Amino acid sequence: MWAWIQRFSSPKYFYDMSAKLIPWFAIPALVIGVYGLYLGFFVAPTDYQQGESYRIIFIHVPAAWMSLFIYVVMAVSAGIGLIWQIRLADVIAAASAPIGASFTFVALVTGSLWGKPMWGTYWVWDARLTSELILLFLYFGYMALQASIDDQRTADKASGLLAIVGVVNIPIIHYSVEWWNTLHQGATITKLDKPSIHIDMLIPLLLMALAFKLFYAAMVLVRARNEALYRDRNRRWVRELVEKL
Amino acid sequence: MNGSEFNWSEFFAMGGYAFFVWTSYGLTFAVIVLNIIMPVMQRKKVINRVKRAIRREQLQQ
Repeated sequence: MWAWIQRFSSPKYFYDMSAKLIPWFAIPALVIGVYGLYLGFFVAPTDYQQGESYRIIFIHVPAAWMSLFIYVVMAVSAGIGLIWQIRLADVIAAASAPIGASFTFVALVTGSLWGKPMWGTYWVWDARLTSELILLFLYFGYMALQASIDDQRTADKASGLLAIVGVVNIPIIHYSVEWWNTLHQGATITKLDKPSIHIDMLIPLLLMALAFKLFYAAMVLVRARNEALYRDRNRRWVRELVEKL
Repeated sequence: MNGSEFNWSEFFAMGGYAFFVWTSYGLTFAVIVLNIIMPVMQRKKVINRVKRAIRREQLQQ
């Protein structure tokens, strides 16, 4: 088992294998994303309260879910890297951060653009919005630590520790709408009751969430391959590979 | 799409919320495109860096 992990997690093996995997994520991401948008714009009915503005939901909610999901992936990978010294885990964590930050940014901006017509303001310092903004800063903090520390192992340790400590923010974001009195509405889909959303709205929403997830899977591999090349830039396998290019 | 002909200008108007809806989607699209372009450029940078290092070492020998 250990030997298998060692082999699979060797950066060279990962570099070769991941190239084959990427299209299996990227192409379905595109197809499902386009279909989800089609259903979201042309099949989903107009909301009786919010009119057409609610259609922002099809990117806002999946992006917000991704911002949390990627953070957990990043923190777990960083933890595996810290505890078992598996170099590939640190590579995945480092590759996840900019994508997670992107989705967090999208969730914040689309939320803001949705808030203006519905709440009458682009921004309010309520618990949900503030904790999501803190998530963005956690991603930035991780990336800043990665970029500013020259020694890679030290950089992984410092940024990994930040990522793990920052995990406390994840349940805070999720439950913020229950624990505090917020302007942001409560959970619509991720609650134990039946989701309180029309099925023709729910399906495109879930399809967009799947498309975003597949997009992340493809892009984290692309970025992790770069990261693996960069970290092993003085090793023979990278030298041999580059000479062939 | 209520059976009859589909009205595109009505579609783009988004019931008066055009600015908010299309800015949201446009920005998201831009972020996604950036997330595709950036790693492609990063890859070229890493490869060039390794190539330069190899050349430097060959010159020194």
